[in-house]
Amino acid sequence: MSNVSANSEYVSYLDHHGKYKGIMSWIMATDHKRIALLYMYSIMTFFIIGVVLGIMMKLEMLTPGETIMKAKMYNSVFTLHGILMIFMVVIPGLSAVFGNFFLPIHIGAKDVSFPKLNRFSWWIFVVGSIMAVLSQVLKDGPPDTGWTFYAPYSTTTSSNVIMATAAAFVLGFSSILTGLNFIVTIHQLRAPGMKFFNMPLFPWALYATAWIQLLATPVIGITLLMLIAERAFHIGFFDPALGGDPLLFQHLFWIYSHPAVYVMMLPAMGVITEIIPTFCQRQIYGYKAVAVSSLAIAGVGFLVWGHHMYTSGMSDTARWFFSLLTFIVAVPSAIKVFNWITTMYKGSIDVKPPFLYALAFIFLFIIGGTTGLLLGSVATNVQVHDTAFVVAHFHYIIFGGMGFAFFAAIHYWLPKMYGRMYDFKMANIGLVINFIGFNLLYFPQFVIGIQGMPRRYFDYPAKFQPAQLVSSIGGFILVTGLIIMIYTLVKGARKGAPAPANPWRGSTLEWQIPSPPSVENFDEEPVIKENPYDYK
Amino acid sequence: MANNTTHTIEYQSLSKTLLILLFLTFVTITIASVHLGAFTLAVALLIACVKSFIVLSNFMHLKYESLLLRILVGMVFVLFALIVAITFIDYAFR
Amino acid sequence: MSQHTAHIEEHRDDEASKLGMWLFIFTELLLFGGLFLVYSIFRMQYPVEFRECSLELSVTIGAINTVVLLFSSMTVAMSMTAIQKNDMKKALLYIGVTLFCAAIFLVNKYFEWSGKFHHGLYPGSELMKLLDRGHHLYFSLYFFMTGLHALHIIIGMTLLFVCFFKMKKQSIHSQDYVLLENSALYWHLVDLIWIFLFPLMYLIS
Repeated sequence: MSNVSANSEYVSYLDHHGKYKGIMSWIMATDHKRIALLYMYSIMTFFIIGVVLGIMMKLEMLTPGETIMKAKMYNSVFTLHGILMIFMVVIPGLSAVFGNFFLPIHIGAKDVSFPKLNRFSWWIFVVGSIMAVLSQVLKDGPPDTGWTFYAPYSTTTSSNVIMATAAAFVLGFSSILTGLNFIVTIHQLRAPGMKFFNMPLFPWALYATAWIQLLATPVIGITLLMLIAERAFHIGFFDPALGGDPLLFQHLFWIYSHPAVYVMMLPAMGVITEIIPTFCQRQIYGYKAVAVSSLAIAGVGFLVWGHHMYTSGMSDTARWFFSLLTFIVAVPSAIKVFNWITTMYKGSIDVKPPFLYALAFIFLFIIGGTTGLLLGSVATNVQVHDTAFVVAHFHYIIFGGMGFAFFAAIHYWLPKMYGRMYDFKMANIGLVINFIGFNLLYFPQFVIGIQGMPRRYFDYPAKFQPAQLVSSIGGFILVTGLIIMIYTLVKGARKGAPAPANPWRGSTLEWQIPSPPSVENFDEEPVIKENPYDYK
Repeated sequence: MANNTTHTIEYQSLSKTLLILLFLTFVTITIASVHLGAFTLAVALLIACVKSFIVLSNFMHLKYESLLLRILVGMVFVLFALIVAITFIDYAFR
Repeated sequence: MSQHTAHIEEHRDDEASKLGMWLFIFTELLLFGGLFLVYSIFRMQYPVEFRECSLELSVTIGAINTVVLLFSSMTVAMSMTAIQKNDMKKALLYIGVTLFCAAIFLVNKYFEWSGKFHHGLYPGSELMKLLDRGHHLYFSLYFFMTGLHALHIIIGMTLLFVCFFKMKKQSIHSQDYVLLENSALYWHLVDLIWIFLFPLMYLIS
């Protein structure tokens, strides 16, 4: 595979074992690129399990009443689907995989600041994941609280909540350490001559994300610890029977979990911001606006958590306050969308799979974002709170946004990561099927949500049958698309034609080095350009 | 390859800091027994804030650290204050 | 190939380690921050009950522990000064004093807690169940916050122990003391949290 470079010193990171051999050369690896791949393989595994659970729900919803499982089972299935997808797939997703791989390369560094800590983060990620899986099989039965663990149900149900929350706690710790590593790396390891405003925008997005991971995750950590203490020692915090306040749990939970949505979205926006200039061969429009809007989203995003609680009995003052802030946080997101689209204007656009995925992202993100405003406004929120509308909105943002950005990223960077190219035609077919399947799956949920279909119900009145049927069919189409996509990618990574160093004519630093990169990324000192998107 | 540039603080300066902190602790305890009504909590918190500022700047060397780090530390406290204040918008107006 | 392997791990950047430690301290601050938020909400709702309960705690023990922690915070800072001045003897002595203070703190805490346990007041006890909301919440917070703080004392002690032995083995010295510096920062954090815990738990009037 190392036939790409004429440099005799060049050793691909994939061929360089270090001190260990075989599988240990991966588990014990401190190379950020190997750790990124470890994260990718584990996250893809959990993603596939999550998809299977999702399909089980779609099968259940095919007909009213019991179709393939009982109500209790359905509760456990959507809980596990949520825990897996949120804590083990989308929160670590982009930053741990592509952030780990490309952050050091983007800033001209050899590795992250603390390579061993980075390895440790992956280890505890695995430990947390195993705990989450264990919570399903231990004797008290799988947790049935939903991924939100709302008190007082979570403090009283007999199911295995302690294990599941402890798992989320450990996974949170992994996320904190990754964020910590990235912040220090960006501050300390930028190549000489690279100032903050010379960085590409993906590191900018990761920087903002890392701050959220660092500062918001401890809040969920302590909340989950309190919940565990409440269950284990009957200490009163959230359960009214013990003197506690269940609403306080919701506050604390969302103080983390709303910023966590930006942990998922900001790196996704960063990926799109990388892809669009490359495939338009054009300088990104409004570099500083995009960079600063990442920080603005992170900052304001900390203060809007209450919009998940409009119907919970919060004070009216708090409701309008949170509503106001929610509308403010939409502004920097809209700035990004505007700048992506403006970058395309008069660009020489090269329609390749990564760019098409980026377009799909923008389309789905706009739908997700604008329906978010509907939910951010108190008056309309009260009508659709806890309905399928919320489910649809959430999936348009998280799957349509973060998920499609992940797919875009993998199509964009796979040639760099493996030094091989995939089949464009197959990738495009996968994309079209994914796009159709996705919209069929989730768009009907908007409609029946407005008509009053609650979320998390395993049963529904007959009038929702047609929409549920369309939605389930969409689910199967989406799965077909995913299978085609994964097959194409795996085949490309294993047996594809060798990829050149710069297949897309990109201008950021990862395209200046061989594919796959060498162990230390830069065998020669990288040339730092003042403008990372210099297309002339 | 020594690249640690942490400022050295003299013993004397550290013991002076301790004396100030002990004095402030004494003040907190004394004030708690005096009836100040609603101000008691405010005064207690104010003194605690002053004490933590002294610990941060002297014991933790923050006084001699880069401006960036000092801003970051300040930012964390501001963020926490904002989160508390916003939560109280709910509880105070219910 | 061999020059690849060694390079990354041998690279030393004290500034990075220190920044990393500060960031970790931020997470600890917000971890306890969540608890202080819960405390402030419940105290606002049950001011009278919180005051009644705080009378159950001994201000003397609390004050002694405050002084002990402040003192230990100074000694650990002095240990830093000593090592920067290449005075290993003093540095070891000050770390020893710090560890001793930490032990005193824990012993005090043990007596305080066991006194409560002795009166049947512990999480999940029959007496706790009989308490009304405000009282129950106060003692829940008391046990949880001081317990978590004590856990941090133990972690801090472990770190300082490691430093102590590394100093003896001369692997921490005047040219390379970032581990001691970071452990000292952690120890100050423990002190910092206690500065707020003490008036909020013991001194409610």
